[in-house]
Amino acid sequence: MIAALMLLPLAAGILAFIIRNDKARRALLLWTAKGHFLLTALMVYLQAAYGIVFDLHAGFIPALYPRVSGAVWFAYDALGVLFLGITSLLFLGASHYAVTYLAAEKRDPGEDADDGFIFNNAPEAVFTGCLLLFLAAMTAVTASRHMGLLWASVEATTLLSAPLIYFHRHKRSLEATWKYLLICSVGIALALMGNLFLGAAGLKSGAGLDLAGLLSKAGALDKPLLKAAFLFLFVGYGTKMGLSPFHTWLPDAHSEAPAVVSALLSGALLNCAFLGILRVNSVCASAGLAAFTGGILILFGLFSILTAALFMLGQRDYKRLLAYSSIEHMGILALGIGLGGGAVFGAMLGALSHSLAKAGLFFTSGVVLAAEKTKRIADVRGLWRRAPRTAALWLAGFFLITGTPPSGIFLAKFIILREAVALKHYWLAGAYLGLLAILFAGMASVFISMTFGEHEAKPGEKPFAEPSGMLGPAAAFFACVILAGVFIPGWLNDLLAAAARDIGGKL
Amino acid sequence: MHTFAELIIVFVILLDLALAVTGSLSSCIRLVALQGVVAGLLPLLAGSGAPHARAVVFALVIVTLKGAVFPRLLMRARDKSGARRDVEPLISYPASILLCLGAFIASSWLGSRLPLPQAGVAWIVPASLATIFTGFLLITTRSKAITQVLGYLVIENGIYIFGLALFVEQPLMVELAILLDVFVAVFVMGIAIFHISREFDHIDTAELSELNDWRRGEYGK
Amino acid sequence: MEIIKPLLQCLAALLLSPLLAGVINRVKAFFSGRRGQPLLQLYLELYKLSRKTPVYSRTTTWVFKAGPVIGLSALLAALAVLPFAGRPSFLTFEGDFIFLLYLLGLARFVTVLAALDTGSAFEGMGASREMQFAVFAEPAFFLGLAALARVTGQGSLAGMFGALTGESWRTAAPVLALLTASFFIVLLAENSRVPADDPNTHLELTMIHEAMALDHSGPELAYILYGAALKLWLFASLIACMVLPRHSGSWVLDSALFGLALLGMAAAVGVVESIMARLRLTKVPYLLITAFAFSSLALIFQLGR
Repeated sequence: MIAALMLLPLAAGILAFIIRNDKARRALLLWTAKGHFLLTALMVYLQAAYGIVFDLHAGFIPALYPRVSGAVWFAYDALGVLFLGITSLLFLGASHYAVTYLAAEKRDPGEDADDGFIFNNAPEAVFTGCLLLFLAAMTAVTASRHMGLLWASVEATTLLSAPLIYFHRHKRSLEATWKYLLICSVGIALALMGNLFLGAAGLKSGAGLDLAGLLSKAGALDKPLLKAAFLFLFVGYGTKMGLSPFHTWLPDAHSEAPAVVSALLSGALLNCAFLGILRVNSVCASAGLAAFTGGILILFGLFSILTAALFMLGQRDYKRLLAYSSIEHMGILALGIGLGGGAVFGAMLGALSHSLAKAGLFFTSGVVLAAEKTKRIADVRGLWRRAPRTAALWLAGFFLITGTPPSGIFLAKFIILREAVALKHYWLAGAYLGLLAILFAGMASVFISMTFGEHEAKPGEKPFAEPSGMLGPAAAFFACVILAGVFIPGWLNDLLAAAARDIGGKL
Repeated sequence: MHTFAELIIVFVILLDLALAVTGSLSSCIRLVALQGVVAGLLPLLAGSGAPHARAVVFALVIVTLKGAVFPRLLMRARDKSGARRDVEPLISYPASILLCLGAFIASSWLGSRLPLPQAGVAWIVPASLATIFTGFLLITTRSKAITQVLGYLVIENGIYIFGLALFVEQPLMVELAILLDVFVAVFVMGIAIFHISREFDHIDTAELSELNDWRRGEYGK
Repeated sequence: MEIIKPLLQCLAALLLSPLLAGVINRVKAFFSGRRGQPLLQLYLELYKLSRKTPVYSRTTTWVFKAGPVIGLSALLAALAVLPFAGRPSFLTFEGDFIFLLYLLGLARFVTVLAALDTGSAFEGMGASREMQFAVFAEPAFFLGLAALARVTGQGSLAGMFGALTGESWRTAAPVLALLTASFFIVLLAENSRVPADDPNTHLELTMIHEAMALDHSGPELAYILYGAALKLWLFASLIACMVLPRHSGSWVLDSALFGLALLGMAAAVGVVESIMARLRLTKVPYLLITAFAFSSLALIFQLGR
């Protein structure tokens, strides 16, 4: 089952490089996404309904494996299933969006309205192929039960998503790609250091690097080395996750990538890196270092929210604005995990809702870009008149992402706040609320001014036909987020709770 | 035998220093390759007794990758980018070498503070940390995109040596996956360098500064 | 007999030191396919110069005349602490390697003063370069000796080099190898050999050490040349003591081996001079910083053991 999940996108990705026909390739993308989603749904169902755990043993290559064979390399616990579900669902939406998007890009090669130059796109085969391989790598991240494999998969996601950011071939996207590649690669190299420390911590007790071994022998791990391991892994995966101050690649990459890639980066990739931190955090927690890791997570979480708040005010580019909003939410997730207890459930819910809401917003931003041909906030006015459905979604997305009540994000933020108050971190709660208020105000001014107001027709502007294929996924995602805020189905609740338990949270 | 391993470690550190002072891009590439090969052979040379078959296989893979494939890829990237042949450092070479030395002093202090399992070979931990610092030095104080890739590789070498020092044995599959990642990273970065040279007519990273939040250039007025 | 040994050792240094320069020249000549100067060329030159009447510029003062004399006497004094084949000379006391460093510094100081006293632009330039390079060379040398003191646990030069055995090369090979490399670079730079300076250059603009001696003539020039030969002997014998730590117990055999090692050092310098080009002036500090780096690495290693 796990093998099928990983091999399906892998095979499809390789196939996409070979297929010459555009239509066939797009169909391949769509059907792979659907197949992957169906498999995932089946897995979620089996896990939720019967509690069946899937794993993939390393037994088939015992000769290459120096330690006792039978260690599990890939398996799904509730946490992995949750993140796999998010990834797969996002990818399903993204594939629908991408098919329409690619067709539109084919008809109308790019022109950059901001700088007034014309650019080419990367070959569609490369784009689709990398997209599918990217999915395979993310699936591997969610399934990895071995810290070394987890590292390798996270690094693979970086490398496979870099060509995606460089889809529009011009200077700015190239710059973003380079920064992304280099900062993330170096950051993740530090995570490799962390892995080594982790291995050294378990050297005496023979814990190895597979999660099961680490968790079962957590008490016997060498504490100072474990702390060092956590710090390195935190910095490494935190770079990838976009926690401030390691976030510098994130706004650039998100603003220059095509909307669909931004959505995947923000909604799925950041979560994958987050998963890396969660894994090591759970090891540390079972070794009795929860206070230490919690402090670090709270500190950097709050700092990320602060950074996002500062940079969002006076932001000129709406895609960068969304990128900073991602940093904010990653900060909130880290904060939730750091607080522990009930906040972990909030963080899980937050991860789910943020992914869906942010992906929807990025999808919508792609349509806004197609309509207005600019990413400058100041140049978009009266979207309401030009593209009413887009404008409605744009505004809805704003309310959902900032956590206005009928939204899963509201629930998540509220649970985390409640936990902070319950733990008597009043200053923390106050700062958190204050920053959220600043963020709300900062985003509100931008979104409202973009949506309403008089639309000034630019010279040579044609009427804009809103593509349903691109708006549909966004609308669907927003509906899910609202649903998550109003009514969480029992199985989802169980899954979130189980995931929270995996990390060490209580309900 | 350990004296021999220590000599190799000293050699690795000297390569770090050489990297800090070398001005020519191609000799930088060669030095990094040499360091990778030396690091790859270290477990074979330092170990006592007949090496395990697995170690031989792995060392062979490393030596081929780091000693032959990477330098060739990078040389190609350098030739295609038509860049100037020197590394154009942002700080002077003496400053680089002093920073490198300082890094070594700091890392030997750090190495003595870390509660690590006793390494059989003296200085292997400080040497690996110093190598990682050197990699960061290359990334931050050299202006070319290609030297940043070199810095990344040096960091990778350092981490590899660090892994040897800690005796952390990962399954061969994982090690190979890591190597594959590094290989793909160098490959993708090589392609990116080629594109950068085509777009910008050079590979100077100082020009890669258009994207930011506050500058009021032509973009984002 | 024990009294005579130091005397004989010093006598050997005094008599044989100009030979090293001859060996270097012959090796260079061999590499470039020439017959080259006679081995004893420097002796002949010293003899010739000592019979000439010195000429003094009207602008110079007593400082100019004192420079070569004090410089030579400082180096002669240095011979008193310099070990010979790992055996002590006349003097040996704790920390005498600092004494040696100061003697070398004094020699450099008076040479520079004498050069500045002429008021010539070229000599001033040479003096400033000499001091600039000394800033890098001296710490390299000092740190190297300090590291050696740590390796052997001895505080005097004779003690350090006497305590070196083949066994120390087995246990502390990296440190000793680094120190040898560092001392060799310092030797090249301090004796104005090729990668740092070219003793045969005829262009004042690129000269360093030779530029300072432009105005000297007659016996004073002979003092300077002889002082340079002693300095080369000094550094070469330190390195020879290091790479040849074997003590057979027989003084004669040790001394003979040591003499051979010195000749080998001279040949090595000749080879380096033949196969390397002179570095650009701005690059010379890099060379010395390399030596400094070697020495400090050796010291750090030794401390971290």
